[in-house]
Amino acid sequence: MVKKLKTWKEIPIGGLITEPGFSINYETGDWKTYKPIHKSNCTHCMICWLYCPDSAIIAKDGKVTGIDYSHCKGCGVCSRQCPLKDKAMVMELDK
Amino acid sequence: MAKNVSLTGNDAVGTALKQINPDVAAVFPITPQTELMHKFAAFVANGEVDTHLITVESEHSAMSATIGAAAAGARSITATSSAGLAYMWEMLYIAASLRLPIVMPLVNRALSGPINIHCDHSDVMGMRDAGWIIIFAENTQEAYDNTVQAFRIAEHKNVLLPIAVCFDGFIISHTQEILQMLDDAEVKKFVGEYQPAYSLLDTDHPVTVGPLALPDYYFECKRQQIEGMKNAMSVIEEIGVEYGKLSGRAYGHFETYKLEDAETVLVGAGSTMGTARMAVDSLRAKGKKVGLLKIRTFRPFPADAIRKALGNAKTIGVLDRAVSFGMEGGPIFSEIRSVLFGKKINLKSYIYGLGGRDIFPHQIEDVFAEMERVTKDGNAGTTENYIGLRE
Repeated sequence: MVKKLKTWKEIPIGGLITEPGFSINYETGDWKTYKPIHKSNCTHCMICWLYCPDSAIIAKDGKVTGIDYSHCKGCGVCSRQCPLKDKAMVMELDK
Repeated sequence: MAKNVSLTGNDAVGTALKQINPDVAAVFPITPQTELMHKFAAFVANGEVDTHLITVESEHSAMSATIGAAAAGARSITATSSAGLAYMWEMLYIAASLRLPIVMPLVNRALSGPINIHCDHSDVMGMRDAGWIIIFAENTQEAYDNTVQAFRIAEHKNVLLPIAVCFDGFIISHTQEILQMLDDAEVKKFVGEYQPAYSLLDTDHPVTVGPLALPDYYFECKRQQIEGMKNAMSVIEEIGVEYGKLSGRAYGHFETYKLEDAETVLVGAGSTMGTARMAVDSLRAKGKKVGLLKIRTFRPFPADAIRKALGNAKTIGVLDRAVSFGMEGGPIFSEIRSVLFGKKINLKSYIYGLGGRDIFPHQIEDVFAEMERVTKDGNAGTTENYIGLRE
């Protein structure tokens, strides 16, 4: 779905952002070439959650439950930091 | 009550700033502006203003600190000349695009090289498209008056753009002239309390200043700036009239002198227009139909009004104290030619005074004589002309 962009008369002056927490509306998910896949061998150490620069690791009750692909840019930090020898975060080509 | 005082241009503008008492001034010295902020720093040191004066390590920092202060909601100023302005280059665009009403006295000086400390307009012409309002002064009185009005223009809610208050280095900045100065209370009342549109310090209404805008929004931000500049056109006029009621000296976008029936007209900006006025008086005494149009507002450029004012002239010469390398005629010439597109008027560009070279009334009389010949025989000759250059 294409989001309707605002006109020059509708946006705040000077390119300002006047709402706090606004970046959640800015979907950066379509930037990625590779996407992380969350595997079942995950020990829920939460290191990926800690490192993710886009808060795209979804956690609930101390467990990783999934990935917010609409904000994940596919940087691969989660996979790189995953301490398991057999990674619980695996990068795959985003087709 | 207003009073007559004798001051240099720098002193007069410094005193205007004292009367306005801005919140923050971030400054770095450069000839010929140095004396201005030297005077103002003395007012700060003596407790005559409560401005927070920041002595920074460069002009890039001066403009950056001014931008930061303005974004925090402070009435913020800086001042510079020549290479100092060039060093602010990147930040000039930031100030304008963030819509921060910064006031900057700009004491016009040539740009290097060869290195030169004297007056020309090559510094300000370089910032032509940075999105700043640009106004010129002919003398110390106008430099003072423009400084007082600048805050109202820049801070107007329909404008919110930074403004460069230009006056000629040394010729105005260091020459002592008599001017009429308003009372501190009158200036304070005229300028009023600054109410910023947004403030980084207003934690109840948090804002992000200077975020990224990619191809999806950058264009819209620029269109808003264009609108602010358009709005400045009427705001400058309104404030010029209001200032006239207060001081007896009303201001518009430009000033005409004996223009109504003039066939031969010179257009220009800055201190040389005073010299040109002498030449006009002398030629008028000999029955010549000559006149002047002195530009005060260079950005926004008052195109329609100038087209009307110059429409009946037969030959127009444009005085430029700056060069646009690779284009015939200086920057003001290009605007005038553009404004008069389609009109059958002879146009000649006259570059003069680069690097502070003196210009005398007799030289301007010679220019008028040359233009009169053009009016008579209809042959405009070369567009590219220089005054006072050794050929």
